[in-house]
Amino acid sequence: MAKEKLKIAFYWAASCGGCEVAVLDVNEKILDVVAAADIVFWPVAIDTKYKDVEAMPDQSIDACFFNGAIRNSENEKMAKLLRQKSKILVAFGSCANDGCVKSLANLSDKDGVFERAYLETQSTVNPESVTPQTRFKVNEGELDLPEVYDTVKTLPQTVDVDYTISGCPPPVPSILVMFNAFITGDLPPKGSSFLPNKAVCDECPREKKHSEITEFKRIYEIEDDGVTCFLDQGVICMGMATRAGCGCQCPNVNIPCTGCGGPGPRVVDQGAAAISALASLAKDINVVKEIVDPVGTFYKYSLANSILKRKVQK
Amino acid sequence: MREIVIDPITRLEGHGKITIFLNDDGNVENAYFQVPELRGFEKFCEGRRAEDLPIITTRICGVCPVAHHMAGAKALDAAFNVEPTETAKKLRELEYCGYFIYDHILHFYFLGGPDFVVGPDAPAAKRNILGVIEKAGLEVAGEVIKHRAFGQRITGIIGGRPTHPVSAAMPGGIAKAIDEDERQEIEDMLKSCHEFAKFSLKLFDDVVLKNADYVNLITSDPYNLPTYYMGTVDENNKVNFYDGKVRVVDPEGKEFVKFGPSEYLDIIEERVEPWTYVKMPYLKKVGWNGFTTGPDSGIYRVGPLGRLNASDGMATPVAQAEYERMHKTLGGKPVHATLAFHWARLIELMYATERGLELIKDPEITSKNIRNKPGKPGEGVGIVEAARGTLIHHYQLDENALAKKINLVVATTHNAPGICMSIKNAAQGIIKNGEVNDGLLNKVEMAFRAYDPCWACATHFAIGEMPLQVNVFDSQKKLVKKITR
Ligand code: SF4
Ligand code: SF4
Repeated sequence: MAKEKLKIAFYWAASCGGCEVAVLDVNEKILDVVAAADIVFWPVAIDTKYKDVEAMPDQSIDACFFNGAIRNSENEKMAKLLRQKSKILVAFGSCANDGCVKSLANLSDKDGVFERAYLETQSTVNPESVTPQTRFKVNEGELDLPEVYDTVKTLPQTVDVDYTISGCPPPVPSILVMFNAFITGDLPPKGSSFLPNKAVCDECPREKKHSEITEFKRIYEIEDDGVTCFLDQGVICMGMATRAGCGCQCPNVNIPCTGCGGPGPRVVDQGAAAISALASLAKDINVVKEIVDPVGTFYKYSLANSILKRKVQK
Repeated sequence: MREIVIDPITRLEGHGKITIFLNDDGNVENAYFQVPELRGFEKFCEGRRAEDLPIITTRICGVCPVAHHMAGAKALDAAFNVEPTETAKKLRELEYCGYFIYDHILHFYFLGGPDFVVGPDAPAAKRNILGVIEKAGLEVAGEVIKHRAFGQRITGIIGGRPTHPVSAAMPGGIAKAIDEDERQEIEDMLKSCHEFAKFSLKLFDDVVLKNADYVNLITSDPYNLPTYYMGTVDENNKVNFYDGKVRVVDPEGKEFVKFGPSEYLDIIEERVEPWTYVKMPYLKKVGWNGFTTGPDSGIYRVGPLGRLNASDGMATPVAQAEYERMHKTLGGKPVHATLAFHWARLIELMYATERGLELIKDPEITSKNIRNKPGKPGEGVGIVEAARGTLIHHYQLDENALAKKINLVVATTHNAPGICMSIKNAAQGIIKNGEVNDGLLNKVEMAFRAYDPCWACATHFAIGEMPLQVNVFDSQKKLVKKITR
C-alpha cells in the first residue's frame, strides 16, 4: 500500500537564523526530505500564513521542527498553535531547548535591556529619553509594536515537546539522523534527543591525564599545544557537561568547548554539572571564587533551562 | 486618510512591518518601516569574559556570524593592544572572503535577484529561486548550491565552524593554522567560485543590462536617493572588507571624512524613534534633519553600493573593470540608484574570489606563526565590512578582562533611515490614486530588498518575494480592501 506523504512544518521564534542555515547545510540531501514529505508550513520557503495554519485540523501536521526561544507573546502564541496542530513537536536548536545566549538577558529584565540600548550606549543621543512604545500616535495615525517579555523561556517551558535536538546550530549529521528517523518512521521513545548519547569529551581526541587543576587560566593566556586536554592545561572546557554530536568542533581548532550542545545526557543542569566536575579536579581552589563570570561561563547557552532560570519570575 | 499596512514584509510575521498612509486623494502621505524586535546584546554581554564576546555576538545573526566574529576579533586586538601576525590577518581575511562568497550568492540568487532575473512584474509564484532556475537553466541550481556550500566550507575550515565560527578571534591572532591539504582544498574551491562569479556577472549582463526597461527602472526616480555613503578602504582608497579606514563621501562623491575605528564616536550618532526598535544613525557633523536626502541630511548608506561609492575602486583587476563599467553605465559616481546594490553585490562577489585567490597563493598562508602575545585588557573598537555594510563592535574591558560596556552599531542599522526613505519614495512614486495591487507592492518591496536587510537574520527573506498582507483602510479606518499573497 502506498504510504501517504508526511506533512511537516518548520518554524522559528526568537532565533538568529543559524538553525535555518543548518537545514540548508544538508545541501542536496534536503531533496530526500522533500521526496518523502510535504512541507506545509515553512516561512523561509513557502507562503503559508498564520491563518492557514489556524485553519488546519488539529494534529494534522505529522512533525513540526521549532527553533528559536520564546521572547514575546507572538512566539508563545505560535508555540501553542503549532503544538495543537502537530502530532510531533521537535525543539530544534539551542534557543528552543535551552534559551541559548539570548537567555543571558534573563540576568536583567526588559527595562534594563531598554535602558542600555536606548539611553546609555555611547553613540546614542537621546536627551528626551525616548524609548520604543507598543502603541504610538504619529501625525498620520497610530503605529503598534509587539511587547518584549522580561524573560526568555524555552519551548519545553511553554508547551509539551516530543523530541529534542540541541546545538547552536544543531550539527548537520544529527539533523540527518533526525530526518531519517521521520522518513523511515523508526522513531525513538518520546522525550529522546537526536544527538548522540555521549558528551563532547567522549569524542575529543585530546590526551587526558585529569591531573589536578592548581590555577585557572584563560584561553588567550596559554600556549595551547593542540594535543593536551584543556582541563589539564587549567583552561575551563565545557566538554564534560555538554552533549556531543558536533564532532568536537571547537577543541579541534584549539578552542575549548563553550557548551552549545546543551546539557549532556543524564545531566539536568549543565552549569551545575560542570561546576561539580571542576570542583573534583581543582581540590585546593575555590572554583566559584577563582572563576570569573561563572554564569556566562557555565550557562552561556542554557540559562533559561537551568535551576537559576531568570531574574524576573513570571 | 487611508492606511495600508504591509505586515509581514518578511515570511516571518513579526520581524518587519511597513505602514503606508494615504491621503484623501489616495496618494502616499507617509510611510513607516518598523522593526518590531530587540534582543538586548548590549546589555547581556556586560560582565562576560572578553574572549567570549566574539563567540556570543555571532548569535546576533546566523547568516552574518563571520562578520560579528571578525569585528569582535579586531575589537579584542585593540582592547588587548596587540597586532595580529601577518599570517593571522591573512587567514582572517581569507575566511572573510568565504563568507562574502556564500552570503552574496544567497542574496543574489534567492532573495533579490529574482526581481530582475524573472522580472519585477512576473507573477508572484515565479519571482523566486525556482523562477530563476527556469530562466537561467537547471544546472544553475546545482552550481548555486555548490558554491554557497564552498563559501561555508572555507569559513568552516578556518573558523572551526561554518555558522558561528570560534577560532579566528584570539586577541593577537587566530587559534589554528591551516595545513597544505586544507590550503589546496581552499584554492580549488576558490577557483571554482571565481568562474561562478564570472558566470553571475554575465547572467546579470544578459538578463538585466541588455534590457533597456530594467536599466530605466534602476535609474528611475522612485529608486533614486542622493545620500552620503560609507565604506572601509585601503591606503589607495580601494574597497577592503577586513581592514583599513572608514571613508565617507558626500552626495556629490567628494570625500567628507576618513576615520579609524577608535574615532567612530566623533563621526556617528544614533537617534531613537518611539515607533520602532531599531535606532537611526546619522553623521554627527551634519546632524539629524529628519528623513531627507542631500548634503544637509546626515543620512548615509552602507553595504555593497555604499562601499563602491565611498571608494575609488576595487583592488583586483576583474572587479575593477566591472566597477568602471557600472559607474559608466549608470551615469558616473556616485550611483544613487538603490537597485544598483544588486550589481555592486556581484562586483564584490568577484572581488572576494580574486582576493581569496591572492591570499591562498601567498606563501605565508600556511605559516604556523599565527598569534602574538596580548597586552593588558583595556578598551577597543573593531570595524569590518559585513556583507550588508560597516559593522562596529566597541568593547570596554575591566582589569580582569571582563566586559564593562559594549556598544554595537550593526550594518543594517546604518541603512535603516535610508530604507525608510526608499520605501516612502517608492510608494510615493508607484502608488497613485489609491490604486494598489500585487505588482505595485512588489516594486515597493524591491526598494528595501536591494539593501539585503538583515534585521535579525536575512534568511527570513529567502526566496525573493515576501508574502504581503495589505489592508486598505478608508478615512474612517474601515477596511475597504484586503490583498494577500
Ligand atoms: S540555536 Fe543558535 S543557530 Fe539556532 S537560532 Fe539559536 S542562536 Fe541561532
Ligand atoms: S565543541 Fe562545544 S561549543 Fe563547540 S560546537 Fe561542540 S558543543 Fe558546541
